[in-house]
Amino acid sequence: MKSNFDRMLSSEDVMRRRATLLQRIHIDGPLLILLLTLAAGSLFVLYSASGKSWDLLIKQATSFGIGLVSMLLIAQLEPRFMARWVPLAYGLGVILLVAVDVMGHNAMGATRWINIPGVIRFQPSEFMKIIMPATIAWYLAKRTLPPTLKHVGASLVLIGVPFILIVRQPDLGTSLLILASGTFVLFMAGLRWRWIVSVVAAAVPVAVGMWFFIMHDYQKQRILTFLDPESDPLGTGWNIIQSKAAIGSGGVFGKGWLLGTQSHLDFLPESHTDFIIAVLGEEFGLVGICALLLLYLALIGRGLVITAQAQTLFGKLLAGSLTMTFFVYVFVNIGMVSGLLPVVGVPLPFISYGGTSLVTLMSAFGVLMSIHTHRKWIAQV
Amino acid sequence: MSQPIHLKDHEKDARLVRGRVVVGAIVVMVMVCALVARLYYLQVIQYEYHSTLSENNRVHVQPIPPSRGLIYDRNGVIIADNRPSFSLSMTRERAGDWAQVLDLIVQVLELTPDDRAIFEKRMKQGRRPFEPVPILFELNEEQIARIAVNQFRLPGVEVVAQLVRHYPQGPHFAHSVGYMGRINEKELKALDSTNYSGTHHIGKTGVERFYEPELHGQVGYEEVETNARGRVLRVLKRTDPVPGKDIVLSLDINLQEAAEAALGGRRGAIVALDPKTGEVLAMVSQPSFDPNLFVTGISFKAYAELSDSIDRPLFNRVLRGLYPPGSTIKPAVAIAGLDTGVVTPATRVFDPGYYQLPNFDHKYRNWNRSGDGWVDLDTAIMRSNDTYFYDLAHKMGIDRLSSYLNRFGIGQKVSLDMFEESPGLMPSRDWKRITRRQAWFPGETLILGIGQGYMQATPLQLAQATALVANKGKWNRPHLARTIEGQPPVDENPMEDIVLRDANDWDRVNHGMQQVMHGARGTARKAAVGAQYRIAGKSGTAQVVAIKQGEKYDRTKLQERHRDHALFVGFAPADNPKIVVAVMVENGESGSGVAAPVVRQVMDAWLLGPDGQLKPEYASNTAMETTAREE
Repeated sequence: MKSNFDRMLSSEDVMRRRATLLQRIHIDGPLLILLLTLAAGSLFVLYSASGKSWDLLIKQATSFGIGLVSMLLIAQLEPRFMARWVPLAYGLGVILLVAVDVMGHNAMGATRWINIPGVIRFQPSEFMKIIMPATIAWYLAKRTLPPTLKHVGASLVLIGVPFILIVRQPDLGTSLLILASGTFVLFMAGLRWRWIVSVVAAAVPVAVGMWFFIMHDYQKQRILTFLDPESDPLGTGWNIIQSKAAIGSGGVFGKGWLLGTQSHLDFLPESHTDFIIAVLGEEFGLVGICALLLLYLALIGRGLVITAQAQTLFGKLLAGSLTMTFFVYVFVNIGMVSGLLPVVGVPLPFISYGGTSLVTLMSAFGVLMSIHTHRKWIAQV
Repeated sequence: MSQPIHLKDHEKDARLVRGRVVVGAIVVMVMVCALVARLYYLQVIQYEYHSTLSENNRVHVQPIPPSRGLIYDRNGVIIADNRPSFSLSMTRERAGDWAQVLDLIVQVLELTPDDRAIFEKRMKQGRRPFEPVPILFELNEEQIARIAVNQFRLPGVEVVAQLVRHYPQGPHFAHSVGYMGRINEKELKALDSTNYSGTHHIGKTGVERFYEPELHGQVGYEEVETNARGRVLRVLKRTDPVPGKDIVLSLDINLQEAAEAALGGRRGAIVALDPKTGEVLAMVSQPSFDPNLFVTGISFKAYAELSDSIDRPLFNRVLRGLYPPGSTIKPAVAIAGLDTGVVTPATRVFDPGYYQLPNFDHKYRNWNRSGDGWVDLDTAIMRSNDTYFYDLAHKMGIDRLSSYLNRFGIGQKVSLDMFEESPGLMPSRDWKRITRRQAWFPGETLILGIGQGYMQATPLQLAQATALVANKGKWNRPHLARTIEGQPPVDENPMEDIVLRDANDWDRVNHGMQQVMHGARGTARKAAVGAQYRIAGKSGTAQVVAIKQGEKYDRTKLQERHRDHALFVGFAPADNPKIVVAVMVENGESGSGVAAPVVRQVMDAWLLGPDGQLKPEYASNTAMETTAREE
């Protein structure tokens, strides 16, 4: 009897010690497991999408490694520490964006990079993806909630400056994500529904008025092709037509791994970057995409739980915004490839090939972990 | 005090955020449902459709090139049309080892390694996946048959019929209408790649180039389903192309041929304009070439022959040839002199055969070394008296001279729609300071007065300057297109009309120019003998090599190609001008002797009916009266 009781006690002890070990290195178990699952799945799909390229696979795996390390490092920072340095980081980010605008290095026809040869080469806009919501969260956390009109105005200015700089690069996808991340903080802070509704209500007549009275025919044409890429099948519409055929031909269960025809016959451009979901859809079918969506939902769910449990207002606002922005990634990418939304260059998180966005995403999850594991009271049970 | 409020706030904030988290979660679920619904639609409901497309068949988007606008002369005679032509095209993705297939094609058609090199270059220009790339044009029937027989060995290779530009008039309009050629890499970068996705040719020069956007039209496309071998099974969706616009030129094929005949085999240029409208009636630059050679790719050898020829057949003398205008500029200088008040119609200058600036030794010679004695403006134009114009230019000074001649179009592009027109050169004090870093010398003004020196003009500019005299200063930019799909071309950048203080000055200069042709001592009177109408004209000579001071032009000492170019400008009927003609005969030496008869022939061809009489629409009562009074 006594020995039995001891054993029970000790096993509980072990559990607690494990929990505290993860706590102590500031890792959130559920998030880590989900991320590792996604990473493994990503390498599978990428292997097929890249035409069995080991090179690409190794590069992507390396990026995952770097991402994990940066996630771990960021998780060690206390949210209070982040809040203290965010304004400075924001200022630095804006300066870098201006620098890119003035003398940026030209890559892929758009100026997005800061490049000091041999030293460093990165996109300030990626940096802003985390700094933007953190800045607004820092700003609003010190005010009373819900934010007053004045504070909303100030937040919009803080969001607007980097947004405009990135639109000018031009990088519509990233700028929209940054706009979303800042706006989500306002939303989480309890932005009044009245204002949200009236902005939407005001936007409609303004857009209609511009359409009929201000815009030239060629501008209208450009917007029409943007909204309906299939009307320009020789340009962007080509990708959409092919990706729809690839996804649709996958059916419920898909054609099987490495057996997708559309993606392997060079029909599908950018099959390993922005359009990778088409490969997944073709080879693993509706089931495959739904499984992926479930993983994403689990991540988002965990993110929202972290938001609700966060102790500081700064932590709540930041965690909520990062989680919702992550969902925007998923929705915009899948919506675009399946022909629901216009084509804007947004990668599919964790699955698309590309180191920069991967590291940024992992860093964002590092912030979530930091918020969750630096709570002052240890979980009661 | 603040402590309890803060605590209360904190709880309220937490509730607020928690509420928003719930809203966010609901939004996420709804939108994920939308995505799943979309995927369900694509993958389950439309599964049959997409899977048939992808399993055996493929969806392709094929551009349908628009048919290019036709070009007519003013009478409706076709100058450029589109002719079906067979070409060989290859789709890289279907050819497998395409280099090997190229070898086979070369072997089957018995071509040379050079041809193979060209094929390879063309293959590398392919733009989209599964886009057929044309590699050989103008297949003849035997070649088509050979390809057909060997088709089974040539995957991805097909014979395609397409429309190719054809110029039935051959060399007649090579310089004005220009020609088309294959799009080169540089042009490819600048083009709207969507609109040109089915097009392999582009206007390279002339009207074809200038009106490229109008002539080309808008591309169409069809979404087709093909089988794995690339054969089209059915058309899923089609948008028709918008054909290019037809262009009716102001050129007249009969006048063009008459002008070429008048020039004979000589090298030179002719422009004929309607001064009232600016329409170009004829544009000759000889020698010419056959524009059809360029359409489907000219061979290296044939191109070298054209480009290396000492006669420069590819050179458009009308638009690009720069010549000192010589005495043909005198009417414009005379207008400037009258309008500035430097001379009056009564001003007389004594010509001893030369002109000297005060305090300088240098003698500026009149062409007539013995001198013409006392000359007034009328006589000065009639006799082309250099001394009078030296004096006029000296009194006017470079600034005013330069400004007036600018307004006559010298030193700027005058045409409305001509590709690569040269602006020529009208020197000024500023020009010389900037380009030569030198001050302006008075002597340089003198020789400008007789159209020599730095001044350079194209035959088109000479014609336009003359048209301004004929049209009393009213500017109409010369243009080749009469209508584009029924619409006349619009001048976006019109020149300012020349308005004189005394409009009668136009008639004074006009009269002087008539004296050149009809006066007893007119320099070109021989060219006007037997004319049915009054002509106003002016001869000129453009030096090819400079003659030293004190030396005399001696043709026997000069090589043929160093002899002077003969120039002549004129318009007729003099009191109601219907045609302006400028002629440049390369190394023709004498403006009045060689170029003037050419002008006369062109005018006759335009103004006289088949019976040899002035066409009634060009006759005017006043013309007859003036003739009667003069004689």
